[in-house]
Amino acid sequence: MEEVDVEPSTTLIPSAGFHRKHLGFEWGPGDLLVYETNYKLQGPRSAGSPFVHIVRRDEDICSPILRKLFNESHLIFVGLQKIKEDIPSKNKKSQFVSISKNYRSVIRACMEELQQNAVSTQNGSLASQYGDQVSILLAIELIWNLCEVLFIDTAPAGSLLLHLLDWVRLHKSDVDARAREVLQSDSPAQHQSYWDVVISLVLQGRTDEARQVLSKQASLREESSSVFKSMDGLLQTMPIFNPTGTQTLTEFEVKWRHWHEECDRCLQENTFASNRHLETICKILVGDEDTLLEQKELLSTWYHFLVTRLLFTHPTIKPPDLHYYAQSSMNMFLGPRASPEPLDIILLSAFEFDLHQVIKDCSIALNNWWFVAHLTDLLDHCKLLQSHNLHFGSNLREFLVLEYASGLFTHHSLWQLAVDYFDHCPEFGRVYLELQIERVPLDTERKAIKVLRICEDRQMSEQVRSICKIMAKRALRNNRLGSALSWSIRAKDAAFATLISERFLQDYSNKGSFTDLDLLDNLGPAMLLSDRLTFLGKYREFHRLYGEKRFSEAARLLLSLMTAKIAPRSLWMTLLTDALPLLEQKEVIFSVDQTYELMSCLEELNSGTKDSNLTDQDEDIESTKTELLRLALARNLTMAIVKEGTIET
Amino acid sequence: MDPIAKYISQKISKTRWRPISPALLQQPEVFATGSWDNENNSVSIWSVGEHGVSNTDGEFDEEPQLLCASQHDGDVMDLQFLDQDRLVSASSSGAVMIFKLQPDCQALSLAHVWERAHRYSCDNTPCTAVVCRSPELVSVGEDGRVTLYKADQTEVVRVIENADSSTIHAVTFLRTTEVLTVNSIGQLKMWDFRQQSDSPAQILSLTGDRVPLHCVDKHPNQQHIVATGGQDGMLCIWDVRQGNTPFSLIEAHSAEMWEVHFHPSNPSHLFTCSEDGSLLHWETTSGSDMSTLLQIPVAAQPDTVCQQPRCA
Repeated sequence: MEEVDVEPSTTLIPSAGFHRKHLGFEWGPGDLLVYETNYKLQGPRSAGSPFVHIVRRDEDICSPILRKLFNESHLIFVGLQKIKEDIPSKNKKSQFVSISKNYRSVIRACMEELQQNAVSTQNGSLASQYGDQVSILLAIELIWNLCEVLFIDTAPAGSLLLHLLDWVRLHKSDVDARAREVLQSDSPAQHQSYWDVVISLVLQGRTDEARQVLSKQASLREESSSVFKSMDGLLQTMPIFNPTGTQTLTEFEVKWRHWHEECDRCLQENTFASNRHLETICKILVGDEDTLLEQKELLSTWYHFLVTRLLFTHPTIKPPDLHYYAQSSMNMFLGPRASPEPLDIILLSAFEFDLHQVIKDCSIALNNWWFVAHLTDLLDHCKLLQSHNLHFGSNLREFLVLEYASGLFTHHSLWQLAVDYFDHCPEFGRVYLELQIERVPLDTERKAIKVLRICEDRQMSEQVRSICKIMAKRALRNNRLGSALSWSIRAKDAAFATLISERFLQDYSNKGSFTDLDLLDNLGPAMLLSDRLTFLGKYREFHRLYGEKRFSEAARLLLSLMTAKIAPRSLWMTLLTDALPLLEQKEVIFSVDQTYELMSCLEELNSGTKDSNLTDQDEDIESTKTELLRLALARNLTMAIVKEGTIET
Repeated sequence: MDPIAKYISQKISKTRWRPISPALLQQPEVFATGSWDNENNSVSIWSVGEHGVSNTDGEFDEEPQLLCASQHDGDVMDLQFLDQDRLVSASSSGAVMIFKLQPDCQALSLAHVWERAHRYSCDNTPCTAVVCRSPELVSVGEDGRVTLYKADQTEVVRVIENADSSTIHAVTFLRTTEVLTVNSIGQLKMWDFRQQSDSPAQILSLTGDRVPLHCVDKHPNQQHIVATGGQDGMLCIWDVRQGNTPFSLIEAHSAEMWEVHFHPSNPSHLFTCSEDGSLLHWETTSGSDMSTLLQIPVAAQPDTVCQQPRCA
């Protein structure tokens, strides 16, 4: 038995398990059924509560706003699968990055809508639910963005820090709002958040904007303007690596060292001693860890601390060295006693380039496979996951996509999306689809037709047959014989067509006439689907011919039905009885040969073993019928012989 | 012009433009949609164009905006505007409902329901299609019934029981008292309500395989020309006066054709949509031949198509 990674969380089921009753359960495709059993540890047995509880693991799938996330990401997923293998890897990388950005923008759009709804709704519990979903999506986007920077975009040293800075800036958006507030106030320099804003901007490496805000201060106080000018100079000369420029990394490093020494010199010379804020800023520029730690409130997260620390101490950080700094930054920031949150652990694993740990932790932390399935799929396309096989044969990507799609299939409406996901799982996708597609509830014919089209497109003939049989049976139960027939035709199900024909013939023998003539008269080539159906069509044609008084044709048809063995033995008596009025006509209809054939059919029928279930009365009726037929046939024979023997003059 | 797509949180089964009074020389801007396959389905009214709200930049927001919506019991199988203010829907629960739209499009409310208009003896069955020619409505369903209603009367005017032994998928008015239905064994049946008997006035079908027909539409100007589409994606144009063969047969799609429509004011144009994911625009060049086609691929399977009538 595998070890448990985390303690399982407890879910309370209201009104179950009272009086120390044991609970029983049964797994469903996406839900769990729980019920009270009769068993009790102590005390007499008694009947449990009659309720069956459905416990749903994933409630996000029912949220109408998150549905858009599922729908849009489905489109991106399908587009990703279609990227051709043979284009050069450089182009592929940029395509993968843009796909990753697409996914993220979809997440952001959802987040915004949830946020709007959370603000505008009146319902308190709904607002908190929206709020929870927003924070989960925020965390997801944060992790995804980091994975994009580290794994997909794989920036080398130099650019790596720039990307990490972008990442941090994107996820700490309150700085812009505060800066705007300060700048738009009457006297920005006197604003209480003024220095906070300047320091925040410096911490994010936004030196130009910091200089702009600082300039508001400088214009006021003339006597300390030289100090501000020096700070302005430091900020202006801070080197920023330009990945597209001609400067190499080494040159940049040299330049940066010079600048760093300049800042250090300013600090040693106490240039900024007159203004403690500027002194703080200078210490930050030098990369003094204690000063940075003092800004905990402005930094608010350990990864911001990490990136800022790297910016001012090791701007040319190489990806493999990242994790040293990550671990130590987290320890420094959070302190010795605080325990890291799941999100922190996931980010740390990402900094350590341990993809599998990231995926594993995310799977545990989230209640929905959406994120891990799509991220793993994208990483797999980037060829980043080793193809080590899991116990059950498929690789990690396929396993996660299958889990996600199976979850989708249980949704009453999103099942259509799941089909595409299964299509792109080469090993087990088809099997999963075959099992799941038969279990989609079919309330209307239109839905059944859509499901059938999915099966037919994938040559799943077993499923087609089974679904058509379900629909045909349902139609038959409601006496819709035409519908039932059209379903059997679609499935090419001869056995069912025979069943339907039996039903028709039963109705005929009960009522004496055919129902649903519009169907029988217009069977067309579908008649050939089953022998019984062919017989039915021809028999109806016989009736029609008789009605139109085309007796000789009717006679020929009737005879062929018996001699060609299309008619079942059980109905021969009926057919012969139908021949009786034709035999009794004044005009001779059956020729000599035909009459001989009819006679032989009658004898064949009578030579068969007698049905012992017949009562005496029935036997009497049968023998009377036979007598009448024999008489009529004999009479017809004489008239036919005479007619054929007569020479027409 | 590129189509504009907007994601909403439901699958749409039918969409219809709201008719505008012929006196106004403008394009319709309001349309209705009906959803399906949800636990709670709804009928919604949307608008495009100046009727909608432009965003804060003052830019013209071309995405449709939701104006109002109403709960709908069961999947929306068909939707038709009876007139400017009333919308009729056919439901998978077997009911036919009339919704009333406030003149300023601010609210949509249920005005009348004919419950169990289509039913089996112990089950409900979906009503598959409904057609209006104000004030009359005709609905058809999986139970093979054809029912005639008047919009203001609560009682059903006439029911043709057992009109068909198979499911009737679509219906259209030929004349004021005549309707044409198509069913799942590939037959077109004409019904004349002036006749007392419950049997069809005429039955047409293709010789050959009995492929289910899913949609039908009448030519706007010529009452005897109809177009049908079926399970195999074949588009057939029939002349109902002339018996059993359509005069035009085109292999339009590779999967079921869900809707076919003649353009209301320009009938040499025809639109079809199908389960294979495409929406096609056809044009007759001369006489009754259908030749050129312009293909507009759509991302998902479209279930419905509806055009705006352009004035003059």
